[in-house]
Amino acid sequence: MKHTHILLAHGSGGAMMHDLINDLFLPAFDNAELRKGNDQAVFEKQDGRLAFTTDSYVVQPLFFPGGCIGDLAVHGTINDLAVGGAMPLGLSVGMIIEEGLEIDTLRRIVQAMHTAARDAGVPIVTGDTKVVERGGCDKLFINTAGIGVIPDGVHIDGGSARPGDAILLSGRIGEHGIAVMSERRGVRFSTPVVTDSKPLHRLVQRMLAVCPDIRVMRDPTRGGLGATLNEIASQSTVGIEINEEALPITAEVQGACDLLGLDPLYLANEGALVAFVPETCADALLHAMRAMPEGEYACHIGNTIADMPGLVRMKTGIGGTRVIAMPSGEMLPRIC
Amino acid sequence: MCLAVPARICELRPDNMAVVDIQGTQREISLMVLDGEAAVGDYVLIHVGYAIERIDEEEALRTLELFADLSLTDEAFGSASPPLTEDDV
Amino acid sequence: MSVLASFRDSSRAAPLLERIRARETGPVALMEFCGGHTVAIFRSGIRSVLPEHIRMLSGPGCPVCVTSNMDLDRAAALAKLPGVILTTYGDMLKVPGSRESLAQVRAQGYPVEIVYSTLDALRLAGQHPDKQIVFFAIGFETTAPAAAAAVLQARARGLKNFSICSVMKLTIPGARALLDMGEVRVQGVIGPGHVSSIIGADAWRFLPDVYRVPVAISGFEPLDILASIDALLAMLEKGNADLANLYSRIVKPGGNTKAWGAVTEVFETCASSWRGFGNIPDSGLALRPQYAEYDAEHRFPIDIPDSVEHPACRCGEVLRGVIEPVDCKVFGTACTPEQPLGPCMVSSEGSCAAYYNFHQSTHTKTRHATEQ
Repeated sequence: MKHTHILLAHGSGGAMMHDLINDLFLPAFDNAELRKGNDQAVFEKQDGRLAFTTDSYVVQPLFFPGGCIGDLAVHGTINDLAVGGAMPLGLSVGMIIEEGLEIDTLRRIVQAMHTAARDAGVPIVTGDTKVVERGGCDKLFINTAGIGVIPDGVHIDGGSARPGDAILLSGRIGEHGIAVMSERRGVRFSTPVVTDSKPLHRLVQRMLAVCPDIRVMRDPTRGGLGATLNEIASQSTVGIEINEEALPITAEVQGACDLLGLDPLYLANEGALVAFVPETCADALLHAMRAMPEGEYACHIGNTIADMPGLVRMKTGIGGTRVIAMPSGEMLPRIC
Repeated sequence: MCLAVPARICELRPDNMAVVDIQGTQREISLMVLDGEAAVGDYVLIHVGYAIERIDEEEALRTLELFADLSLTDEAFGSASPPLTEDDV
Repeated sequence: MSVLASFRDSSRAAPLLERIRARETGPVALMEFCGGHTVAIFRSGIRSVLPEHIRMLSGPGCPVCVTSNMDLDRAAALAKLPGVILTTYGDMLKVPGSRESLAQVRAQGYPVEIVYSTLDALRLAGQHPDKQIVFFAIGFETTAPAAAAAVLQARARGLKNFSICSVMKLTIPGARALLDMGEVRVQGVIGPGHVSSIIGADAWRFLPDVYRVPVAISGFEPLDILASIDALLAMLEKGNADLANLYSRIVKPGGNTKAWGAVTEVFETCASSWRGFGNIPDSGLALRPQYAEYDAEHRFPIDIPDSVEHPACRCGEVLRGVIEPVDCKVFGTACTPEQPLGPCMVSSEGSCAAYYNFHQSTHTKTRHATEQ
């Protein structure tokens, strides 16, 4: 490609756009469906119900310890399908690029998407690119949508938790939030913590094989575990009790939280899921989850109760009780 | 009222600056208001980017003893003194 | 320092709690002055493990909460001056002033930057020589040295585009004002650990000496707070009003004289307006005349319209310990962390936010139910 930066003409539908797609996107995302060059991807008839989801990624900075907006956009949408019990069939990618973005930066991000999609075994089957004037967006926004198939007999729903269910968490919390925060202007610090961003569909399929009766699954992204538990408590009208000492929080995440006055319960995760399951399945599930790399730190963090529906409470280290409220607004570092 | 966190000094830098480590998180801070010389390995308390005090290991151990031994608190703080009356409080 | 981890070893809590339960003091009301303690108490669930006859009151030690609307309005006005970039700590962004919060000011396109440290504000001043960097300084004695150090560094570097709008406050005059009002009966005080690291444990001797109220200077781990409660109860049991320093790993009797020296070099005391208390003489920190060029109020004289308070907000009484957050009519209804009417619901240190987030959601929900 002749240019070093994205120009408005790269989005104009003419020769330059053609070059961009042929030089940058097609080789990276290459698959049979894309090669057809049609306006849509076509799937053969599937057994099971279809799941459909979309998410937009506007993370700043574009690169952060352990990942970038590209792999995040692939993993995030795969995970939104996965926690519904769906096996992803394919993703779409919509790119909104700010005029002036370095083509090398875009290439690295597209490469990261390619790697993420290939490793997950989920093809990117259709896409779109727009270029907006400088100031029209912040460097790069990515939207991904995905379609997946839910096998018969699987009925995961946010409203299905019942009193007495075990609550399992597949990974350590707060790592993505801290990794991104470490690169923010005005806060900057160096940390060994990297994002936990990873696809969870294989873990979910393994879990469903062990226990098809999983009632609720969700990935605690923005708002963290605290927000997710509150959502489910209210959707399912159950009380939730978790145990502080069971929560998998590394010393590194806790250290960064102590420095900035943040609560790891409300930090974003991109490679963890929380599952509400019949208590009788809990041990078998934990065993199966821990046998996979993405479930290595799986643990039983608490249970649902009939008492105080809608409320999430935590048993603290000293034996006290605290309420975990829904988080409010932007997470800001604080001094007091 | 003020969030502060214990940290270990891991590098001294020019202009009275230092890099500190908080369980793996590292940040540059200022030693400008810390009393006395600081050395790599010292533990200090960090507030809004400044080391504001040293952490005294011996005192920390003494406090832990106090947590564990019931009689020490009474010895230290419960000893007799003029009794309070209603008017005093 | 491996010993520091022991302060987080919750297995040490059980013997402390046993002792607290065994103390024969009768009903007592203890106050934590410091908002950091308020948060730690709620976060660790200390209230839920204390015997019922021990009541914990939250004091006026949240610097965000005691900042008056007038001072918040001044910060908003400074942010709107052409060429000014207003910098402040993250805590201040969402606090509603008379008309708007700094977050709303920022949304209108005025530059408001969150900094973690005054060092970041100084760096901005270096990066933007064509802009005026104003640092809106809130905080108590712990935070004041960082503001003083920034002014001293700005002078040493010859920075001409850095200034401070100081609404910083001193805790001792605040504590005295609270006790002098006599509205609440406080039988023991949990002394602010980090403030004391600067001003020294001995600065609190006036509590036992003048007011006959025992004080325990405390750290912020749940164990620290439990041990301080126990020490206060031990004193009350024996009728002994004294000062106990349970944070001696940090706090020295005389404090950090170098840090306080920097503060007194740059600042002098002034009357300051506290939310809920009004004007308290000698309770604020203003830049000394010889540092006037770093004083935003001196450099950017502005007229601000009269400040107004939300008529339903009772933050003032909450700060004085006269009412508990749940006693306020708008608590959890019109006033929530998403839509705060007063600062005590905004700051994570504020009693209302602490109640709402960690404790009293049950009460709110029950109240809603009964009111409907």
